[in-house]
Amino acid sequence: MENPIIKIDNIRRVFKVGDMEVHALKGVSFEIHRGEFVSIMGSSGSGKSTLLNILGCLDRPTAGEYYIDGLPVSRRSKDELAGIRNRKIGFVFQSYNLLPRTSALENVELPLLYNPAVSARERHERAKYALEMVGLADRMDHTPNQLSGGQQQRVAIARAIVNDPVMILADEATGNLDTRTSFEIMSLFQELNAKGKTIAFVTHESDIATFTSRTIMLRDGHVISDNAVNTQSAQKALEELPEDRDE
Amino acid sequence: MNIWNLFRIAYKALMRNKMRAMLTMLGIVIGIASVITMVGVGESSQASINNQVSSMGTNLIMVMRARMRERGVSTGRDNVQSLKVSDVELIANNAEHISAASPVFNASGQIINGNYNWSGSIMGGNTELMGIRKFELATGSNFTDEDIKKYAKVAVIGQTIVEELFDEGVDPIGRTIRVRNMPVKVVGTLKPKGENQMGEDQDDVLLMPYTTVQKRMLGIDYVHMIMASASSEDVADKAVEEIETLLRGAHKIKDGGVDDFEVRTQAEMLEMMTSISGLMTTLLTAIAAISLIVGGIGIMNIMYVTVTERTKEIGLRMSIGAHNRSILMQFLCESVILSIIGGIIGILLGILISYMLSLVQGWPFLVSSTAIILSFVVCAATGIFFGWYPAKKAASLDPINALRYE
Repeated sequence: MENPIIKIDNIRRVFKVGDMEVHALKGVSFEIHRGEFVSIMGSSGSGKSTLLNILGCLDRPTAGEYYIDGLPVSRRSKDELAGIRNRKIGFVFQSYNLLPRTSALENVELPLLYNPAVSARERHERAKYALEMVGLADRMDHTPNQLSGGQQQRVAIARAIVNDPVMILADEATGNLDTRTSFEIMSLFQELNAKGKTIAFVTHESDIATFTSRTIMLRDGHVISDNAVNTQSAQKALEELPEDRDE
Repeated sequence: MNIWNLFRIAYKALMRNKMRAMLTMLGIVIGIASVITMVGVGESSQASINNQVSSMGTNLIMVMRARMRERGVSTGRDNVQSLKVSDVELIANNAEHISAASPVFNASGQIINGNYNWSGSIMGGNTELMGIRKFELATGSNFTDEDIKKYAKVAVIGQTIVEELFDEGVDPIGRTIRVRNMPVKVVGTLKPKGENQMGEDQDDVLLMPYTTVQKRMLGIDYVHMIMASASSEDVADKAVEEIETLLRGAHKIKDGGVDDFEVRTQAEMLEMMTSISGLMTTLLTAIAAISLIVGGIGIMNIMYVTVTERTKEIGLRMSIGAHNRSILMQFLCESVILSIIGGIIGILLGILISYMLSLVQGWPFLVSSTAIILSFVVCAATGIFFGWYPAKKAASLDPINALRYE
């Protein structure tokens, strides 16, 4: 079998709050393979956010090893982690985190600005291509305040895929959106997944998790279940939604 | 991190808030412009003092009657009669480093020509005085030694008097005017010289043979002052010593006794004027420098606010792969761009203001390249110095907390 994109091996994370030690993760292990669409679920306090920070190389585990694309990352310097984030991971946030008063195209170009290997011309073309992938080819010059929430999230997704990462890491990416738009975004994720992108989707909404292919459930710092999901088509769900009466 | 990308990032971040960037820059613009202007004003006034003093003749030596003290009370020099015409002859004939000497009598009075009248200053001297004071003839001729012997009623007049007494186009040469009710024939006119360093009009002058002024007008037998020319500026000090030795001998002043005269050179005048204007320049520049510091603090303040306001942006940049160093450099770059662009505008503005001041004041227009280079360096340094702390703060943010910051 092919090497996993993500391999976490008995990861623990302990926070010191005053004299108290808080065990956020108490030995978590799993693997994510290329092309998987995994949802990570759990209620508040389950260690979901801590796990996300570690997966995103924003934080380092207290114990255990984390491999991304075969690279061990536990004992790397901050700068090396920044490099890994730049080249291996694409983030999508709940609140989009787009730069205000900056065009969609420039927002998407942003990660490539931090990669000295990419020329200005290449940066431009890749950003354009990424925006076409998310269906915003005609909105490239729009600034975030000229875009709807769903469109802003699409820009954020384009920004996440522009550097061709091994994994897209979405943190409650549909949390700020209404049902219809959430389904549209999930449909986009499914499309990207079908094109071979590996996606880890952190959510607490179980109906959103049904659009993924596998769900890892966390509770109190442990994995309590890790099952394949009978994947629903977001496109189909979208078509079945009743027409909005007030729009 | 590519330096060009860094610059692009910083530039775009600034452009997102144009108004604020411009207002922040304004502090630096004002600071630099005032430094450039003040240094320029200082140098220009210095140069104009130099010009004016040398227009009086840099090798000019003045011998004045000493101030008197009677029982500890200074009574001025008006009733001192220590200098005589014979002293002038003594100096002219015996001092090795003196090329010319003239007695000088000052008087003032009404000068009348027909319906015109003017209260001007009258100066009596010998034929050398014009050369000593660096006056030049415009038309006509100087009075002669013969005129001096005859106490002749002739005069050479400056431009101001020409303009005040004669209609335009009228040639004053050969005309008779009345000076203190005495008919005087105009034999020559002087080229204009402008104001001296005290702001006195040097063209408001009427030169006459000293005998005429001394005997016919004032009726005195002493001399107001002696003006002499050192043969060159370098020997002015030696010439002063010679004059002092000669006059002490003539006035029978013992060693250690108090001189009844006072010798001054233009070099001393120049030194005095220079030190006054130098002090003013230093003072003004110091005030201007304070405004530059205030401008720098303005940058620091705004950058500091910016870091807090853009915490989430910083978190995002970190999450998509910006190194801490890139963040540091970005914020540093922003403040340096602000201060350097502000500095360039300030330099241009400063040059413009100096130029306008020089037009208004009639100073020579001088822009000090040292001041420009120095202010440019100061700008860049201000940007780095005042941008460092906020940038450091931005770079030390934890990406996790920064991303969650609301």
